[in-house]
Amino acid sequence: MKRVVITGAGTINSLGKSVAQTMEAMREGRCGIGELEFRDVERLSTRIGGQVKEYNAEDHFNRQQISLYDRFTQFTLLAASEAIGQSGLTFAGELAAKAGVVLGTAGGGVSTWDDNYRAVYEDGKNRVHPFVVPKLMNNAAASHVSMAYNLKGPSFTVSTACASSNHAMSQAFQMVRTGISPVMITGGSESMLCFGGVKAWEGLRVMSRDACRPFSANRNGMVQGEGAGLFVFEEYEHARARGADILVEVVGFAMTSDASDIVMPSKQGAARAIKGALNDAGLNGSEVGYVNAHGTGTAANDRTECAAVADAFGAHADKLMLSSTKSMHGHLIGATGAVELLACIMALRDGIIAPTIGYEEPDPDCALDVVPNEAREAKVDVALSNAFAFGGLNAVLALKKV
Amino acid sequence: MTVKDRIVEIIAEQAVLEVSDVSMENTLEDLGIDSLGLVESIFAIEEAFDIQVPFNANDPTESEFDISSVASIVKAVEELVKAQS
Repeated sequence: MKRVVITGAGTINSLGKSVAQTMEAMREGRCGIGELEFRDVERLSTRIGGQVKEYNAEDHFNRQQISLYDRFTQFTLLAASEAIGQSGLTFAGELAAKAGVVLGTAGGGVSTWDDNYRAVYEDGKNRVHPFVVPKLMNNAAASHVSMAYNLKGPSFTVSTACASSNHAMSQAFQMVRTGISPVMITGGSESMLCFGGVKAWEGLRVMSRDACRPFSANRNGMVQGEGAGLFVFEEYEHARARGADILVEVVGFAMTSDASDIVMPSKQGAARAIKGALNDAGLNGSEVGYVNAHGTGTAANDRTECAAVADAFGAHADKLMLSSTKSMHGHLIGATGAVELLACIMALRDGIIAPTIGYEEPDPDCALDVVPNEAREAKVDVALSNAFAFGGLNAVLALKKV
Repeated sequence: MTVKDRIVEIIAEQAVLEVSDVSMENTLEDLGIDSLGLVESIFAIEEAFDIQVPFNANDPTESEFDISSVASIVKAVEELVKAQS
């Protein structure tokens, strides 16, 4: 088994258009959630979200590229450029033949579906642009990263709703750990903030109309976000040999399935994933200082997640810090685990724990240290990142300071 | 604008060239338009003239629509436009 480290990170989300901007916002407890801006928003009852604002595709891509890149692909390529740029890697020869890209997304090109359904159903057009299919397919983003960086090894897309990125990163971790490839690009991207994307979520009646307040007794639902988080997972000796700046080590993961309900979470499924990740990493629960919670701000998730953490960690659950950065960037659905991994990296590398903002009232069902409202300085050696998806599919990653 | 001028404009835009760089004798290949560029050009032509172009990307040479040169495309579109009026 080989050791796996992260040597590059990139992002774009409602908190910032780079890792530095995003971490700064997390340190300051800034909220990226605001009024949604897109066509027909007035027909929605949910009108807030963590939308990427002041963004023009034309500033980054040419006309031909835009005809092929859905917004989720654009976000992916921008985050990939930052992550791979930071790593300093270029892909040629044997490295190119082995390296691949595994990404998560729940919806893929949702706005491409939306725009073209609108054209044929609402506007009555009988012809759509020839690139609709290559633009909306869920693997479009992974494929464009492979083409842009000459990655010729295993590349694919994982779609497990809100756990997509964590499942994707678990796969990439496995590939580097087992020696399939010395380098994998991984993470996820999502862009569902268009009329159809939000309308579908509205139907579930779990959306908040004012704020995402995870673990707070007065929480009233989730808030959608959008964006991407991309990482370079690299074999430790490979990274050391070229003198790369190592951000953190990925030490374990686990995936479990609740096998019980299509939307309601399960304490047992979540707790098994947390314990599984610790076992896989060979860690004691007491070594964990910070858990980046799934923390969606729904009544069901937050209550169940706190019970699962209490179950998995026992008495140590009262000593660790558990925060949900969704309170700031919203729920990025298939990309959420990727952007949230940045909070784990910040905790391990900079000793700063991102807060759960919007926290107003303690909930006896969520009686853990949720780092309310303000970031905190703390020395942390091990951090976990939780993701628990609709469909009962769970994936937890364990990271360690290097 | 004539059918010819409009088609040259569409092809030039697709090839990222000036209109003056496109001559009637050019093939799409000469102009650097690949298979994706071709289907995009045909889409643009359909939109511009509100016509249906009988073109099958699986086997372009078997299509009724002759794409062997800019001139052949102009001629084929002129016929389609005429047939529609």
